Amino acid sequence: METSPRYAPPRNGFLGFGLSRSPNRRVVAGVAGGLAERLRVDPALVRVAFVMLALCGGAGVLAYAVLWVSVPQAETPLEVLDAGPQRGIAVALVLAGIVVALRSMGLWVGDAIGTSVGLVAIGITIVWLRGDDTERARWSRLAQRAPASMLEAVAERGPVKGIGRLRLLIGLAAAFGGMVIFLARSNVLETQPGIVVAVVATAVGVGLVAGPWSLRLVQALGDERRERIRSEERAEVAAHLHDSVLQTLALIQRTDQPREMVALARNQERELRAWLSGRPPLVTGESDTLATAIEKAAASVELQFKVPVEVVTVGDTALDDRLQAIVDATREATVNAAKHSGAGQISIYLEVEPESVTAFVRDQGTGFDPGSVAPDRRGIADSIRGRMQRSGGSATIVTDLDAGTEVQLSIPRVA
Amino acid sequence: MTALDAGAPGEVRVFVVDDHRLFLSGVQAELGGEFALVGSAGDVESAIAGIVAALPDVVLLDVHMPGGGGRAVLEAVHRSAPDVKFLALSVSDAPEDVIAVIRAGARGYVTKSISPAELRSAIRRIHDGDAVFSPRLAGFVLDAFAGQTPVGPGGAPDELDQLTPREREVLRLIARGYAYKEVAKGLHISIKTVETHVSAVLRKLQLSSRHQLTRWATERRLV
Repeated sequence: METSPRYAPPRNGFLGFGLSRSPNRRVVAGVAGGLAERLRVDPALVRVAFVMLALCGGAGVLAYAVLWVSVPQAETPLEVLDAGPQRGIAVALVLAGIVVALRSMGLWVGDAIGTSVGLVAIGITIVWLRGDDTERARWSRLAQRAPASMLEAVAERGPVKGIGRLRLLIGLAAAFGGMVIFLARSNVLETQPGIVVAVVATAVGVGLVAGPWSLRLVQALGDERRERIRSEERAEVAAHLHDSVLQTLALIQRTDQPREMVALARNQERELRAWLSGRPPLVTGESDTLATAIEKAAASVELQFKVPVEVVTVGDTALDDRLQAIVDATREATVNAAKHSGAGQISIYLEVEPESVTAFVRDQGTGFDPGSVAPDRRGIADSIRGRMQRSGGSATIVTDLDAGTEVQLSIPRVA
Repeated sequence: MTALDAGAPGEVRVFVVDDHRLFLSGVQAELGGEFALVGSAGDVESAIAGIVAALPDVVLLDVHMPGGGGRAVLEAVHRSAPDVKFLALSVSDAPEDVIAVIRAGARGYVTKSISPAELRSAIRRIHDGDAVFSPRLAGFVLDAFAGQTPVGPGGAPDELDQLTPREREVLRLIARGYAYKEVAKGLHISIKTVETHVSAVLRKLQLSSRHQLTRWATERRLV
């Protein structure tokens, strides 16, 4: 058989079968661990096998004792166990065969328990086989992190060790006492004592082995999940900064046009701020609010005309068709200011009040004479005034040749 | 900390606190001609020591600094030198940052993208005992004071928890990008009146217990 050296189990040991007791995989004496290493299956499977055989008239206990006495302990621990599902299935089938054989010999705990344990085993096997490789690797990693027994888990608690032990004892005593009272009151004990003993033994065994283990497993799962989320977030931050801020910084170093540089930096800043505050990026559409729609419009004008646009919003509301008119008019007014005023900056102020929504677009550049604008220039007349009037709102334009222009837009919130 | 400079009589004495060397030297170069720069510091500890020693008229204070930030400086200096006035300067325009330093005692808040001329006029205004509101800060205040007025313990609405209509008008114009002078012209009042309104708003901002303000403040563990 071809295996890589590190998976090769020691060839000496018990009668030359290469079987030794494992020094590192041990719950009692390392017999099950050593068998698992030799058979290259999960130690848990072998342990389950011993427990099941133990239930069959104590066969497992006997087998374990014999192997403990006769099999020597390995000198060098085998760190990596190359366990494969096929081998696991094979061992499980052999186990099932032995159990059936023992049952026919009369060494059997009873069909009820045997069937339920078998069903659970099949269930676990199916779950195990359905997972993909990485998932399986995760589970075994987690299983290794969990303590092997309850006492180990209790001992790990450190400073509260004594209290932990005490609590454990009290808990066990309470559970046991409860059971005794229940049994004393019912007649089960007198009619079928065997079943009761078997159930109690199984419950205690399962509790001891699986209780703290599953608890720790759940905790470890939570820890691992948090860790994974954290690292995913880090990756997301890194990715975002790489294709946004760092990209822009690189471009800024290469450009010799200050206006474009400023626009680029501002756009980046806007995006980063939106991202930091958890708002959706300004490129997505659909579920916008009025304030984000205005901010988006400002950002696009800023990017297109390379003029800083400052947006201040007070209040916010969902965007509907009527309010879209004020967004479009604001955008148009901002474009006009960017194109014609020559101002170094444009201010947008949006206020949402219970009865109305108002927006102001202001520049401090050169104003204009409204009378001198040619009637064929559709911008103001149509895009701004017409749009607002059609939606039941109004537009006022205040302009002064020295002090710049302010477009005041207003629309009632209910028609 | 740099060497102290007593400054010529009548000059406004300014102290700059910022942990970014580049920004610090830039601001010093912009202000040097007009103000007496009496010192600078790059961290909270030396800022507190330097300000208490130099007793400047106005401190330009960076909001985000290692060792407790601008708020730690504000609180420490306010205890020993309550007359020193602070203008907060920051790259951040997040509401909780702005509101937190104002409530800690700063008399104004501007972002670092402010032009040198605006910064100079802001410093003079702070020195004169007025408040400096950027358009964005005005927007936050309108937002925070919007809606139903909460009723105070006496049954009547608490005066500190609401803005007067005139204060609202002033803030709206500031939010629209108007300078104080333009606000005065627009409302047909004097600049002095505008300044009075803004100072009143600042006081309300610092003392009001409106829940939006308390929320912003407690998010930064400041009450």
